[in-house]
Amino acid sequence: MNETLDKTNLTLRDRLRGFVDSFGLPRLIIAAFLLMLYIAAPFVGAGFWMQISNTVNRFSWNAIMVLAMVPMIHSGCGLNFGLPLGIISGLLGATLSIELGFTGPTSFLMAILIATPFAVVLGMGYGWLLNKIKGGEMMIATYVGFSSVSFMCMMWLLLPYHSPTMVWGYAGKGLRTTISLEGFYDKVLASFLQINIGGLSIPTGTLLFFALLAFGMWAFLHTKTGTAMTAVGSNPTFAKAAGVNVDRMRMLSVVLSTWLAAIGILVYEQGFGFIQLYMAPFYMALPAVSAILIGGASVNKASIANVIIGTFLFQGIVTMTPTVMNNMIHMDMSEVIRVVASQGMILYALTRKTEATK
Amino acid sequence: MKKENKVLGFLRDNTVPIMFIVICAVCIPISGFSASYLMNEIVTRMGRNIFLILALLIPIMSGMGLNFGMTLGAMAGEIALIFVSDWQIWGIPGVVLAMILSIPISIVLGAFCGKILNMAKGREMITSYIISFFMNGIYQLIVLYMMGSIIPIRHFSVKLPRGYGIRNTVSLLNMRQCLDNLLAVRVAGVKIPVLTFLIIALLCLFIVWFRRTKLGQDMRAVGQDMNVARDAGINVERTRIISIVMSTVLAGFGMVIYLQNMGNIATYSSHSQIGMFCIAALLVGGASVDRASIGNVFLGVVLFHTMFIVAPKAGAQITGDSMIGEYFRVFVSYAVITLALVMYETKKRKHKSLMAQQLQQEQKEASAS
Repeated sequence: MNETLDKTNLTLRDRLRGFVDSFGLPRLIIAAFLLMLYIAAPFVGAGFWMQISNTVNRFSWNAIMVLAMVPMIHSGCGLNFGLPLGIISGLLGATLSIELGFTGPTSFLMAILIATPFAVVLGMGYGWLLNKIKGGEMMIATYVGFSSVSFMCMMWLLLPYHSPTMVWGYAGKGLRTTISLEGFYDKVLASFLQINIGGLSIPTGTLLFFALLAFGMWAFLHTKTGTAMTAVGSNPTFAKAAGVNVDRMRMLSVVLSTWLAAIGILVYEQGFGFIQLYMAPFYMALPAVSAILIGGASVNKASIANVIIGTFLFQGIVTMTPTVMNNMIHMDMSEVIRVVASQGMILYALTRKTEATK
Repeated sequence: MKKENKVLGFLRDNTVPIMFIVICAVCIPISGFSASYLMNEIVTRMGRNIFLILALLIPIMSGMGLNFGMTLGAMAGEIALIFVSDWQIWGIPGVVLAMILSIPISIVLGAFCGKILNMAKGREMITSYIISFFMNGIYQLIVLYMMGSIIPIRHFSVKLPRGYGIRNTVSLLNMRQCLDNLLAVRVAGVKIPVLTFLIIALLCLFIVWFRRTKLGQDMRAVGQDMNVARDAGINVERTRIISIVMSTVLAGFGMVIYLQNMGNIATYSSHSQIGMFCIAALLVGGASVDRASIGNVFLGVVLFHTMFIVAPKAGAQITGDSMIGEYFRVFVSYAVITLALVMYETKKRKHKSLMAQQLQQEQKEASAS
C-alpha cells in the first residue's frame, strides 16, 4: 500500500519535474510573474485595457527584430548578438529615404528598398566573418555589433546629409540624435485598419505586416533550402555529407537575419515615431535575444511560436512593471526587474547543455 | 626568404600593437599636447589602471578567456567604498579597509561567476559578459533600493534624500589620491605615484611566483587541455572557480585603487565600462585570448591610453568636430577587441584542422605498416 503511494507520488513529482524541465524554470517564473501583474493591474488602478493595448503596441514594434533571431539559430550560428549591424542598414535606409525627399507612406517603402542592399552587403560581410570563426560566433557577433554602431556614430556626423528635418539646425550638418517621423512614415502601418474599442487600440496594419513576414519565414523554413539550413544547424557533418554547402547556408541565414533586423527597426520607428541614431542601437540586440529565449527557444532551436510568445511575455513585462509596481509599492523597480529577468534568461539558455556542439 | 618570413610572422603576431603605435605616432603631433602633459597623464593612468588589468591575467592562464566578469570585482570594490565613506573613514585607513571589505563580496560573486562558467564551458566569454549585465541588475537592486532601507546607511552625503538608495555620485574627496600622493616623487614635472607602482610591482611579483606554484601549474594544465588535466587528477571545476575568484578579488582591489585616484564614484556607471576598457588595453598590448603576459599589460596601458588622450583633440584638429575623436576612440576600443577575437578564433580553427590532418597522416601510416 505504502509502496504504491510512494510510487504515485514519485511519478507525480517526476511528471511535474519533467514539465518544469521541458518548459524551463525561469520561463515559468516569468510567465507566472506576468500573469500576476495582469491580475494585479485593475486593483492598483492601472487601466486594464490600456495595459493590454500598450503591450500589443509594443509587441508590434518589436516582433520583427525578434523574428530576425530565427534564421541564425536554425543554421547553428547561435543567438544573433550582432543585430545592431542590421539595424544600421535599416537606419541608413530610413535616413537616405528622407534625404532623397520621399514623404508619407512612400518614404517607408523607399526606406525598405534602400535598406535592402545595405543589409545584403553588410550581412554577406558579416556572414563571411562568422564562417571563418565557427564556434566563437556569439562573442564576435556582439563585438561586430558594437564596432559597427560606434563606427556609424562617426559616419552620422561626417556623411553629407542636408535635409533640414534631419541635420542640426545651427551647424547645418551632422544628423540629430533623434529625428521625428511626422510627415514621413510615422504610424504608417499602425494606422492601417486600426481598431479602437473603448480604451483598447490595436495596430492591425503592423500586426498584419509581422504576420506576413512570420508566415514567409515559416514557409521558407519548410522549403528545400530552409530544411537544408536547419540540417546545417543540427548536424553540420551530416549536412555536408548530404551535399549541402554549409558555408553558403550559414551565409544565407546571416543575410536573412540582417535584413529582417533592418526591416524590424523601420517598423519599430514607424510605431515609435522617431528615428534614433548614434548610440541608440547599441544594446538593442539584448532585448530581442532574451525575448526569443523567454518564448522557449534555445541556443540552437527556435520556432515562430517562440517568437510570438516570447515577444508578448517580454514586452508585457516591460510595459506592465513600471505602472503596476509603481502603484503597488511606490518604487520604480521596473528597470531592475527587466534587467534581471532578461539577462537571467540569456544566462539560463547559455548554460543549458546543447546536443550539437560545434 | 626565411628572414622575410620571420618579419612577416612578427608583423602578423603583433598586428594590434603596431597598428596602435602608428595611430599614436600620427595623432600625437596633430593633437599638439606638450610632452610633459602627455607623460603626466600616461603615468597617472598607468597607476590607475594597471592593477585592474593585471586581474585579467589569471583566467587567461586557466584557459577561460577574457574575463568580462571582472565587472563583478569592480562592483564589490564600489560597494566596499560606499560603506567606508558612509562610516567616514578616510585616507589610507579607508582605502585599506575598503580593500579588506571587498574581499568577501568578491569571493561570493567570483564563486557564483565561476560556477556558472563551469556550466557553460566553451563559451565562457559571452557568458561572463552576460553575467556582468545580470549582476549589474542585482547591483542596482542592492545599491538603489536595499541600501538605506535594509542595509544601514546613515550619512547624508551618501544617501539619496528620499531615505534609501545611494546618490549618483559618491564623493571620495577625503581619500582622493591618498595612495598616489604618499611617497610621490616629481621627476621633471611628472608626478610618479611611487606607492601605487610599488603595489603594482608586488602584484606582478605575486603573479610570477603564482605561475610556479602547484595551483598555478594546475591552472595552466587546465588551460591547455581540460580532459588531460582531469586525467592527471586535477579537479578542473575547482581550479577554474579559484581562478575566477582570484581574478574577481584582484579586480576589487584594482577598483579601489582606480576610484581613489578618480576621487569620486559614479555609483551606477563606474563599473559598466571598466571591463571593456581593461580588456581593450590588454589586447592592444599584444595579448590574445589564450596568452597574456605582464609585458602586454604595461605596453597596452601606455599605447591605449595615449590613444585615448590624443584622439579627441586630434579628431577635432582634423575634422573641426570634437565628437568625432570621442567616437573614434570608442570605435577603436571595440574594433581592437573584435580583431583580437577574430584572430584568436581563426588561429584556433587552423590549429584544429592541422591537428586533424596530422592524425589522419598518422593513421594512414599506421594502416600502411
